[in-house]
Amino acid sequence: MIEIEKTTALTSVQDLGRSGCLNYGVGRAGAMDPLALQLGNLLLGNAPGAAAVEIPLFPFRVRFLEDCAFAVSGNDGDILLDDEVLPPWWVAQARAGQTLTVNASRYSARAYLHLPGGVDVPEVLGSRSTQLRGAFGGFEGRGLQKGDRLRAAEPARAMKTDVGIASPWLRFADLSSQVQPVRVLPAGEHLAYTADSRARFWQQDWKITPQSNRYGYRLEGEPLVARQTMEMRSHGIVPGVIQVPHNGQPIIQMSDAQPSGGYPKFATVIEADLWLLGQIPPGRRIRFIECNFEQAREAWLAQQAYLQQVDKQIKQLRQA
Amino acid sequence: MMSIESLTHPVISQLGSRAMLFEAPGALGLANQQRIWALSAQVVNWPLVAEAVPGMNNLMLTFHQPPQELEALYEALHREWQRGEAQTLQGRVIELPVYYGGEYGPHMTDVADHTGLSVAEIVRRHAEPLYPIYALGSHPGYCYLGGMDPSIATPRRQTPVMSIPGGAVSIGGVQTGVSASAGPSGWNTIGHTEYVFFDAKASPPVMLRPGDSLQFRVEKVLS
Repeated sequence: MIEIEKTTALTSVQDLGRSGCLNYGVGRAGAMDPLALQLGNLLLGNAPGAAAVEIPLFPFRVRFLEDCAFAVSGNDGDILLDDEVLPPWWVAQARAGQTLTVNASRYSARAYLHLPGGVDVPEVLGSRSTQLRGAFGGFEGRGLQKGDRLRAAEPARAMKTDVGIASPWLRFADLSSQVQPVRVLPAGEHLAYTADSRARFWQQDWKITPQSNRYGYRLEGEPLVARQTMEMRSHGIVPGVIQVPHNGQPIIQMSDAQPSGGYPKFATVIEADLWLLGQIPPGRRIRFIECNFEQAREAWLAQQAYLQQVDKQIKQLRQA
Repeated sequence: MMSIESLTHPVISQLGSRAMLFEAPGALGLANQQRIWALSAQVVNWPLVAEAVPGMNNLMLTFHQPPQELEALYEALHREWQRGEAQTLQGRVIELPVYYGGEYGPHMTDVADHTGLSVAEIVRRHAEPLYPIYALGSHPGYCYLGGMDPSIATPRRQTPVMSIPGGAVSIGGVQTGVSASAGPSGWNTIGHTEYVFFDAKASPPVMLRPGDSLQFRVEKVLS
């Protein structure tokens, strides 16, 4: 059991999100950095999709009310168990009464706190992710507050601690770069924009505005101009879809995206880069890189293979 | 780029590597929607397909993993559509009392400006039809409705509003609907009603399904 001592209401319990409920109007939700979520779970020997605490604002502090192993992923800021600095992407053992503080990273937006067996909250409609719009799932259907107590599903499970993995950033992205390249596939309406606008979409840097959250990232740049105003029929969308409202400033749908929408779609961020986008904080800039379906598919397969490889390495570490 | 109304063949486009969108050609209407329902019921059985999600005369598919053969999938979808099968769904009629305009309809003046109609006339035309539910989407329990009078169609807003309340009755393009909970929206809010559309603890969690219909009743028009 842990007790939250310092947080904002934007901290929430997330797993890999809900599937099978789109026809109820229920979107996916789930971790903004699904790569970190899975890696943190593998570190603890959890199922890859076990629920964790997603932390978007820092410092974040919890107190352990009983002895419990834990891992922190997604973040390279200072992580302190009482006064002891822990490496990032690391499994450690806390004793009852100890305090864990997670501080902000210079480069990444979100950290995940993992507990053995996952965070023990009820499964609602097939997932433990907080559905903020529907006010269900996660911890009582809301963000976390000071004083909330969370249980680990398997608090007493014995495991090897003081082990870690190399950051996946080394493999997949340079989070320190000023302008972050993000790969996208063109979507339905990209040809409906003026030639200038189409060129601008790829060439200019887009700033992630402060009005960005788990629902979507609102971007700012020279606006995109459609050759004529389009009123689309409402249709299903997925996280990653880049919609262009009539003001010409794109919005990238993120984890809490609605499952459908009607603004024209210029492109979709490839699934293998969604974790990266989830880690880019507001105020930073991104640039879109066009790729084709085959490249998007290969990037997805490469990420799956990487997760399997890390899983194997961690299992070997644990036996050593 | 041709608009979907004037096309005679469906349009398929990618939504990243694990989803695609199938759009039925021709006028927006119930006949097309019945074919979408039938298509959805078929393709949801394909091993590759995770979810089949009808929208307004369109169908989104999500996949367990990125398809290996895109072209073959496109062809299979076209073939299935060409069979022309339609599914008829029968359901209940739910009457919802609506407070139109005033504080409940902050964008009513935008609809009046765009259509050139008086508020009274917009209300009359909005409350007139029986609206069949074509699909659910947007947010938990939200129903997409067919059958709005095109003369009160109003474009979605230049910039989406950060939050509109649950129960908001709104118009977006040629569509209308009722927000099932508070949240962001790009539609024009013209009124307010009360109804519980969603309960996560119920099974199924939604009160209304495609085939059911909504009838709006004018409770009051505020200025």
